[in-house]
Amino acid sequence: MSVKTLTINNTPVAAEEGKTILEAAKEAGIHIPTLCFLEGVSTVAACRMCLVEIEGINKLLPACVTQVTEAIVVHTNTPKLQEYRRMVIELLFAEGNHVCSICVANGNCELQNLAIEVGMDHTRFPYRFPKRSVDVSHPQFGIDRNRCILCTRCVRVCGEIEGAHVWDVAQRGADAYIVSGLSQPWSEVEACTSCGKCVDACPTGAIFRKGTTTAEKQRDRAKLQFLVDAREKHEWTR
Amino acid sequence: MQSITTKTKTSQAQTGKSKKSPVDKRLKALDIAMKRNHHHQHALIEILHKAQESFGYLEPEILQYIARQLKLPLSRVYGVATFYHLFSLNPSGVHSCVVCLGTACYVKGGGKITSAIEEELGIHAGETTSDKQVSLMTARCIGACGIAPAVVFDDIVTGKQEPEKVLQKIKAWQSEVIGD
Amino acid sequence: MDLSELLKIGDREKKQQKSIRVHCCTSTGCQAANSLSVKNNLANAVQELGLSDRVEVVGVGCMGFCGRGPLVQIDPEDILYEVVTPEEAPSIIDALSGGVAKPIQGNSQHPFFARQMRIVRQHTGKVDPERIEEYIAVGGYQSLYKVLYEMTPAEVVSEISKSGLRGRGGGGYPTGLKWATVAKMPGDQKYVICNGDEGDPGAFMDRSVLESDPHLVLEGMVIAGYAVGANHGYIYVRAEYPLAIQRLQKAIQQAKKYGILGSQIFESPFDFKIDIRIGAGAFVCGEETALIQSIEGKRGNPVPRPPYPAESGLWKCPTLINNVETLANVATIIHQGADWYASIGTENSKGTKIFALTGKIRNNGLIEVPMGISLREIVEEMGGGVPDGEVKAVQTGGPSGGCIPASMLDIPVDYDSLSKIGSMMGSGGMVVMDRATSMVEVAQFYMQFCREESCGKCVPCRAGTVQLYSLLDKILNKQGTQADLEKLETLCHMVKKTSLCGLGISAPNPILSTLRYFPEEYQELIPAESLNGKVRHGSS
Repeated sequence: MSVKTLTINNTPVAAEEGKTILEAAKEAGIHIPTLCFLEGVSTVAACRMCLVEIEGINKLLPACVTQVTEAIVVHTNTPKLQEYRRMVIELLFAEGNHVCSICVANGNCELQNLAIEVGMDHTRFPYRFPKRSVDVSHPQFGIDRNRCILCTRCVRVCGEIEGAHVWDVAQRGADAYIVSGLSQPWSEVEACTSCGKCVDACPTGAIFRKGTTTAEKQRDRAKLQFLVDAREKHEWTR
Repeated sequence: MQSITTKTKTSQAQTGKSKKSPVDKRLKALDIAMKRNHHHQHALIEILHKAQESFGYLEPEILQYIARQLKLPLSRVYGVATFYHLFSLNPSGVHSCVVCLGTACYVKGGGKITSAIEEELGIHAGETTSDKQVSLMTARCIGACGIAPAVVFDDIVTGKQEPEKVLQKIKAWQSEVIGD
Repeated sequence: MDLSELLKIGDREKKQQKSIRVHCCTSTGCQAANSLSVKNNLANAVQELGLSDRVEVVGVGCMGFCGRGPLVQIDPEDILYEVVTPEEAPSIIDALSGGVAKPIQGNSQHPFFARQMRIVRQHTGKVDPERIEEYIAVGGYQSLYKVLYEMTPAEVVSEISKSGLRGRGGGGYPTGLKWATVAKMPGDQKYVICNGDEGDPGAFMDRSVLESDPHLVLEGMVIAGYAVGANHGYIYVRAEYPLAIQRLQKAIQQAKKYGILGSQIFESPFDFKIDIRIGAGAFVCGEETALIQSIEGKRGNPVPRPPYPAESGLWKCPTLINNVETLANVATIIHQGADWYASIGTENSKGTKIFALTGKIRNNGLIEVPMGISLREIVEEMGGGVPDGEVKAVQTGGPSGGCIPASMLDIPVDYDSLSKIGSMMGSGGMVVMDRATSMVEVAQFYMQFCREESCGKCVPCRAGTVQLYSLLDKILNKQGTQADLEKLETLCHMVKKTSLCGLGISAPNPILSTLRYFPEEYQELIPAESLNGKVRHGSS
């Protein structure tokens, strides 16, 4: 396999051909913020948090899907990128109903962490206060769409790792929401195996285990990685 | 294989709807369409078109039937059916009135026509009157810009419309139901 | 079938045609104005007056002057009648043998017609789109024959490259380069997709081409398939265009019957089949990656490029996607040669472009003009200007384009000039606005469109368009502040730079271009106290 050499934030980096900029950066110890990205499932490049600048290319490119090429010069944290990332987080906070103080994921939330990382202490956009539904029909889990950021990790993890495909996205644009079955209560969707992977995949408190209260959400992200490794690399130990 | 399909179809039809025979006939049309597409999953949109044509709208039972036949996840079928504007999950009225809101029509008063109808019928675009007589919709440019503003009454495109003319037509539709 | 048989069909057709042909437009626009009854009455009159031996009435595609339909045109004298009613129609036939025609006689030498240069629309209005024989009689499918028997695929690609043809869907990507990329990709299975998902409000060029001359598009597709090594094509058409779909279906059937589509085309080893896919009402499906998702039966969510469809498209196979108008240029380029084509237009924009000229303008309709013509010529001379008023702006490129102020009407219409001033060629919608039109309202109209058509996948487009729309709403309700205007612009730039696909990337263009050229209209909407506040704030 051939190796490509590139520069990320003035650091020379070598990465195998076919690796993404995100992977190359990670190996080099360079952090690029992500939100919809989840190791082990397909990439959608939807959240736009991992956009990076590449010298000579006019467009910003998502690090999670852009493969390394020889001699590219990548910048991952320019003032412009910082500004855009902050705005993405602001837009997300204004779009849903995110109230950290009463959320199961408080203190253990990727959206919250990113808000802190990009320095977002308030949103300059008016809150939309959308009317969204909560489904707690499932005996073990619940989904509160008020906290959903439509990253579609649950859709992918359920479809690609568990193979059940309980979830998908319904409607479109601002009306889009995560749907179970034919927009039925979660408990009525026969395909659900109650495996709980969607809980582990959800970056916020939108999908949670029943019985957890404010700031109690735990995730076993390593379990997802273990399953992926078992399936793809035939490595059955954690 | 064929006979199994037919069996499922009949049992579905019976559980799905009480009025058996017309539903059966329409299901048959749907089955033929699926067969013609070799039950390919990628033919989902074609099949949904066919189902809407036969049944008027996409009720949950039909979506479930299609999902089972094409062996697709329910959520996927629901996601596709709700993504595209032309698919309707609710029954539409006896008559349909589609106001074009493409740029040319908008500039020439398509918006005013829409609000006049909305006011007259007391419904919003995308809704059907409570007597199920008239469905009001708006379209994203039907390509008849030369005769803007255009309105489609029951699939017939008419050009150079004005609020008064359109209201007249709609009132005529409404009086049909009173006349009956 | 071989060439001599093809020519024979053409000759036979020509011989059968009567010396006087009465063309009656049967496209969507004129049909909506009752042109089918007009056509019937014309045909009946021919019968009644016993003129059947020398006169025939032919239903034809769009003549372009849609605002004055139904149109009837008579060859060889080239007499044009406008706004023909079914009642007055018989008098037109009567006039052929000395009577007086009642309908308004149009002027076929009017700049609206005279300034045009028809390549894509060369047959429209002259041939019956429902009969392949008429297409063959005007030389149709000869380019395909030539390609199959006299050219290698590489020669076809290089001919298209040399012609300088660029994508007519809006992007303006060099067509030859696209073809070459797909042709070079390894793999046995490749696809050609014709993008007929013309969604820009105010644009109907592709509908007209498909309705008026479907075989021209089919021929272009087969040639493209041969050039890139594909055996299967899809035409993706909007469901809102039932007549176009119906005529395409008919055209495909007829071409199959003659062995021009299907296996062993013209008895050569080359096979090509074409399927139609019907859209279901999603503007975003005009974006090529979303369109591919839709053909695969999925939600029309765009996916990030690269990989480009040319490398990995439909079912992950190399896929050539071209717009209807682009493909409709192909047969003529092959027939007339790349050098001829490249001699038309400007340095970087070759050939012609069809525009749908609509809005507040005297002469509504479709025009095909050479690239580089000035906007003023189109609007003032061909379009006849604004009735009882003055042009304020011309919007090109639909929701992805921008508003060009009247002061800039002298710019040449080509890809580069339009994008330089913040608009774009787009697919060809050209909406004229008069002084009474509020540009802020226009910007809001387009933003509403983008908000409703956003697929919802990426954050900037899904959430950003909502915020942009409500900011404009606030401003239009005179509740905006200077800070809101700044926020509007900042957010526009963010959505433009960070969105995943073309819809989001270009969604802010109408706002940005109106902010740039009509800032006073925004300022007028900001209440005075807020302005004072701003001044105080600024000076302190």
